[in-house]
Amino acid sequence: MADNGAYLKVENLTKKFGDFTALKNISLEVFEGEFVCFLGPSGCGKTTLLRAIAGLDIQTFGRIEQAGRDISGLPPSERDFGIVFQSYALFPNLTVNRNVAYGLENRKTPKPEIAAKVTELLLLVGMPEQGDKYPAQLSGGQQQRVALARALATSPGLLLLDEPLSALDAKVRARLRHEIKDLQLKLGVTTIMVTHDQEEALTMADRIVVMNEGVIEQVGTPEDIYSRPKSPFVADFVGTMNFLAGTANGKGRVKLDGIELAANGNTDDGGAAPGEAITICIRPEDVVTRGVTRDTDNAVPAVVDNLEFLGSFYRISLHTQGPDRTGFRADFSINLMRDLDISEGRDVVVSFPADLIRIYGEAFIHSDETV
Amino acid sequence: MTGTATLAPALSGLAVKEKVSREDWIMRGILLAIALFLTVSILLPLYFLMSKGFQDKDGTFTGLANFTEFFSTPALFYSIQNSLVITLWTSGIVLILAFTFAYGLTRSCMPFKSLFKGIALVPILMPSLLPAISLVYFFGKQGVITSWLFGYEIYGPIGIVMGEIIYVFPHAMTIMLIAMAMSDARLYEASEALGASKLKTFFTVTLPGMRYGLVSAFFVTFTLVITDFGVPKVLGGKYNVLATDVYKQVVGRQDFEMGAVVSMVLLVPAVLAFFADRLVQRKQVAMLSTRAVPYVPKPSRGFDMAMLGFCGLVGFIILAILGMAFFASFVKFWPYDLTLGLKNYQFDLMDGGGWASYFNSIELASWTAVVGTVMIFIGAYLVEKSNGFQAGRSAMQFLCIMPMAVPGLVLGLAYIFFFNHPDNPLGFLYHTMPILVICTVTHFYTVAHLTAVTALKQMDPEFESVSASLKVPFYKTFRRVTVPVCVPAILDISMYLFVNAMTTVSAVVFLYSPDTTLASVAVLNMDDAGDTAPAAAMGMMIVITAAGVRLIHSLLTRSLARRTQAWRKR
Repeated sequence: MADNGAYLKVENLTKKFGDFTALKNISLEVFEGEFVCFLGPSGCGKTTLLRAIAGLDIQTFGRIEQAGRDISGLPPSERDFGIVFQSYALFPNLTVNRNVAYGLENRKTPKPEIAAKVTELLLLVGMPEQGDKYPAQLSGGQQQRVALARALATSPGLLLLDEPLSALDAKVRARLRHEIKDLQLKLGVTTIMVTHDQEEALTMADRIVVMNEGVIEQVGTPEDIYSRPKSPFVADFVGTMNFLAGTANGKGRVKLDGIELAANGNTDDGGAAPGEAITICIRPEDVVTRGVTRDTDNAVPAVVDNLEFLGSFYRISLHTQGPDRTGFRADFSINLMRDLDISEGRDVVVSFPADLIRIYGEAFIHSDETV
Repeated sequence: MTGTATLAPALSGLAVKEKVSREDWIMRGILLAIALFLTVSILLPLYFLMSKGFQDKDGTFTGLANFTEFFSTPALFYSIQNSLVITLWTSGIVLILAFTFAYGLTRSCMPFKSLFKGIALVPILMPSLLPAISLVYFFGKQGVITSWLFGYEIYGPIGIVMGEIIYVFPHAMTIMLIAMAMSDARLYEASEALGASKLKTFFTVTLPGMRYGLVSAFFVTFTLVITDFGVPKVLGGKYNVLATDVYKQVVGRQDFEMGAVVSMVLLVPAVLAFFADRLVQRKQVAMLSTRAVPYVPKPSRGFDMAMLGFCGLVGFIILAILGMAFFASFVKFWPYDLTLGLKNYQFDLMDGGGWASYFNSIELASWTAVVGTVMIFIGAYLVEKSNGFQAGRSAMQFLCIMPMAVPGLVLGLAYIFFFNHPDNPLGFLYHTMPILVICTVTHFYTVAHLTAVTALKQMDPEFESVSASLKVPFYKTFRRVTVPVCVPAILDISMYLFVNAMTTVSAVVFLYSPDTTLASVAVLNMDDAGDTAPAAAMGMMIVITAAGVRLIHSLLTRSLARRTQAWRKR
């Protein structure tokens, strides 16, 4: 790879645990000041990749370069990173102050300087004047802030976050998400976070690396990943997606249960010949019904099977009216439901906007568990 | 960018060479040093013992000749049978008693539970010789209730079984208690909700939940009894068992080769029980559920009173055994002159080494506690927390577990062969205090090691990762975090080592010298010489010392808990 100023370069990384290959020839670049999320289901290799970058579980093959230095085989103590774990890993017998100062004390930093730095860091993570407490006296969210302060104390070039928010409850998680992101922007520290929570990745990351079974499925901005998923796996894992069996029908056109639909761009059908099986994808929130008639482009007449109330919107199960009775889901807002008086058993006409349809060549079997 | 995954694999490159840091080298160095210690203190001696079994007196290889002789000597062969009979009877009775006792402590609402738990643990503080001596005062030729045996003699299988029951009761009871404390209240609620009777619940929920505990208690009891030497030494009479045979062959007849053969025979059941127990314990771990809800018993007057009655009886017997030894140690001349005095405590007037033995024992126990705790805890830490070096760590793990499978008598005899070998450069240790310390640390290594491992496993595995990322060397984190957090376990280990070093007879009985006589051995020798009352007196000194140490330990633990409660409890 040419030197393009990447801060962290991962080249052809493979990690084996006995016969099991956890990472398969992974290559990746992270730029200075970037916030990158490794996103994927459990067992996809995201934590393994993070631990390889930290030197905690060194890869079997491949190279890692940080700030122009080859760190491939170095032990963690000779690398430059700070790390925060899901378990916080705060030293239980040391006060918050001593925890944050832990790395500084070893560097022969003068005491007043350490004290000043600790105060500054605790202020930064929003925990001023809690320095004399022990970790067990703090809430989970507070412990995680302390862990973050401790990791940042030695001003590392790279901040690694291993599922830092997973052990917290929903409200604290949402608040800390923003705080961590703000902090990262303020400090400009290059950050890699591992998570299985797509919402976390979408709201925090500059770029997301979606992983599955030891390989990278897609790297891109949150918008990229959400609106232009490169593979059915990504489409399925991030957000909710309808996977509908259809057939190809010439360039930019597909057939769903006998209805011909236009599909602009976003087509990755591998050049399927007309009549060949393909998968048509549309997100439930992209299905339109207000003002749709049988004459609207991409109109699909359907029957409502079931309504599921999800608070701010309804998730509707429908099926097409042709011979295949293809089932799909649509998200309709509360006011839409009120205005159009949608109820079980009713006929409705919906439309799949052409530029929001994605086509995948392979017939993809969708598992409901991952939704 | 999906392309990254499908790029032609560059696996042709060499595997990454991990740089071993200076700290890793330090860890490996210490690990190897401890492994070397265990190699010298158990592996090599065992090897020498084994090879001795295949040699004649002049050291010529004779193949299986010794074994043929052993199995064709009826007296020796009967010992195997006797050992098994004693062991199975004891195990059977102890399991029932310990189960019921633990059941009372966990499943009833009887009063004085912690008192009874404390009393049940009293025998741990005694050398196994002491309950045997006490039994002599109860049931011996001049015993107070000899007639209760209906004409049977205490010297023989009945006496041995009685003594062993008291000796192993606390061990079996502790295992049962742990197994019962682990049971899940939700299962009992489900059983009740389904309308099952109490009896049915007992057989479908309680017993199956206890099965690993029961099996484990059986194996522990089995090993302790078959390898115990104190009780049969005092109460055996003409009834020979394997453990006394080893002693007789070596100390009595100076037939070291035959002693080696008998030791190896003794080693077989001990090793088998050891592996069976490890197998069972591995399963038990899989059964643990973090979501289990602890069972809280409800008062039930009749049942609670019955349990109180049972535990009261067991507790009374244990205290009576202790009390009799205590009383007898002050009696001037049993049974003719029952006035009390300190005559029996004038050890210097008797064989067995006098008061010096007692102070030697204190010295041995102190050294064992200090040296053993430091080495065992550091060893366990390195096995658990060091990086890479898989082969070294596995070997170390094996060496740490091995001592549990080796009976004390076998270990002691193996030391004679190894350290007394004319070509051994370590021969200078023979007949010194250090060899007694080495032997005792090794003998009790495994349980202490497992205690340390359990404590270390409860610590966040990422402490070391965090320290490394902060560039703090492992030894600083060990000192500042690991040790402070593990202090309760460290105290437990040192107390365990101290008490066992005070009470043990089996391994050291072959290794003491006139300058390093020990209190527990003195009990044996004085009893052997017919000085039963002084033997009881010395036994009481051991009990009092061990109890004192236990008391200090619990005071320390309590004050520590108070001082550290800010960070310990959630």
